Amino acid sequence: MIAIKSVAHSYNDATRISFNDWEINNGDQWLLLGESGSGKTTLLHILTGILKPAEGEVMINGTAVYSLSAKKLDQFRGRNIGIIFQRPHLIKSLTITENLVMAQSFAGLPEDLNRVNEVLESLGIAAKKNVYPNELSQGQLQRVSIARAVINKPALLIADEPTSSLDDKNAAAVLELLLQQSGLNQATMIVATHDKRVKDAFTNTYELR
Amino acid sequence: MSPLKISWKSIWSKPLSSALNIMLIAFGTGILTILLLASTQISEKLDNNSKDIDLVVGAKGSPLQLILSSIYYIDFPTGNIPLKDAQELARNPFVKRAVPLAQGDNYKGIRIVGTDTNFVSVYKLKTSTGKFWAQDFEVTIGASVAGNEHLKVGDTFFGAHGLTGSTDVHKTHAYKVVGILSPQGNVTDNLILTNIASVWKMHDDHEQEEAEEHDKNHDHHDSAIEKGGHKGAGHGSARPDEIGLNEGREITALLIQYRSPMSVVMFPRMVNQMTTLQAASPAMESTRLFSLIGVGIDTLQWFAVLIMLIAAISVFVNLYNSLKERSYDLAIMRTLGASRGQLFQIVIFEGILLTLAGTLFGIGLGHLALQFIGAYQESSQARLTGFILLNDEIYLFVAGLAIGIFAAIIPALQAYSANISKILSKN
Repeated sequence: MIAIKSVAHSYNDATRISFNDWEINNGDQWLLLGESGSGKTTLLHILTGILKPAEGEVMINGTAVYSLSAKKLDQFRGRNIGIIFQRPHLIKSLTITENLVMAQSFAGLPEDLNRVNEVLESLGIAAKKNVYPNELSQGQLQRVSIARAVINKPALLIADEPTSSLDDKNAAAVLELLLQQSGLNQATMIVATHDKRVKDAFTNTYELR
Repeated sequence: MSPLKISWKSIWSKPLSSALNIMLIAFGTGILTILLLASTQISEKLDNNSKDIDLVVGAKGSPLQLILSSIYYIDFPTGNIPLKDAQELARNPFVKRAVPLAQGDNYKGIRIVGTDTNFVSVYKLKTSTGKFWAQDFEVTIGASVAGNEHLKVGDTFFGAHGLTGSTDVHKTHAYKVVGILSPQGNVTDNLILTNIASVWKMHDDHEQEEAEEHDKNHDHHDSAIEKGGHKGAGHGSARPDEIGLNEGREITALLIQYRSPMSVVMFPRMVNQMTTLQAASPAMESTRLFSLIGVGIDTLQWFAVLIMLIAAISVFVNLYNSLKERSYDLAIMRTLGASRGQLFQIVIFEGILLTLAGTLFGIGLGHLALQFIGAYQESSQARLTGFILLNDEIYLFVAGLAIGIFAAIIPALQAYSANISKILSKN
């Protein structure tokens, strides 16, 4: 179970955003809605353990994330949280396979090429496994970034505007893949978006005001 | 996938700027390597050739020239000294051993030196084949001479007048090779040794036969032996006790070993006060020579250090700029579980790999370049080689490493302390 309790954050002491408590059961798929500037990215960063909130706590499967030491937190994030960004960002100097292997080793897990192949195949890009990111299209890159997010079978999958830079066809495909992958890897999923094309696929909604 | 491998791949992903950095460092290190190798070899050669000789006595003139001609065989002799005076000095109680030298001829640029058995003991010579010279016109040749000129025991050759050039050949007598020295690692590898009488006789006959011709084209230096007179033919060897018979003869120089350390103070002064002779200390003149070369070496050294500094700045700018582009990459790595320490490693390894590659290239390049320079050197006595490794090269290696760390430390610290939430929310 993932929960945030009385979390609030402030920028430059001037603007303060407090977030409603939120409890997410394992395997749930949630939509995080909010206008830009409403603190969507802030909440996502707090959830992923890269931004310590001024107040409150974040629990992921029984672990109070921000009570971990810096190094432990980095490893916890690598193992338990997969993140998909609006624009796919892969390390240009590494091949697709190497990008995924890197994610395994940063999380402190053994390098497992079978798992890499398995994930790439389930996303239909196994043929591209030895090419460099600059040889792939935007849609293919987004698939790879989904692959990278799920490679370590995370408990929580977070997608920040995963479809907003894609055309209808690709957006639908990516959404499809996200739902499929979160199910396949039994990951809880949070998709932050203001993209109307996405809304219908979700029943659970957390709205920022 | 270790941080080291990520750094490695990152370097390969921008080959041009990486190559530029490596080249700059290689160039600086290369120059330093050449300087290190050359100056070590030069000072080693200077020491090696003069280590058992305390003093050189020759005609008045430049003391450095006297040392260069009589110890290193690279300059012309300052002139001649009367044999009688030399013998008097040799009998002095301060002197343990005195080696007479008579120069004046060459064979294909290799000096033919007339001397006696004292030369053998001073340089601790051994033959690898054959024996030492005994009769007139018998020669024992240095190891390099045998190798380069393909001479072997039993071969004969004609000497030419002067210390270089082979236009004026002494055709009356041929030298006969009776022995080859084992390699000594000093000047004797490049000398042809015979007795003094052979050198005198060569010129006695030579002068009689070619006197007129000589007057025309004798534009060389003063060759000692020319003025040696025409008396006293037919001496088998030139042992000091026998030299006494050669009234009016001259030799080129006298190498002296002292009997006791006290001689250092007394003997040179005594020699210099005698009207016709001068004493020069190989140790002192070598030091002086080296300090003259040293100015040039220092200048080049600073030049190389400057290049290294520019290289360090270039690596720094390269890493710093690429860090701006890569800050998002590094933030992504953090979201994948990389720790601050790992990001620090990735950046610092990149700097170290670049400078280390540059240093290794530079050291290799320096060795090759010096070997190349050595191959084109005229004087075989002072030939330099690139194919030796020095312990001091480890310092170049350490310096390369230090430059890598120095150039990468600021970008690495930036990567370490980057606020990833801020970087990620900007894009």
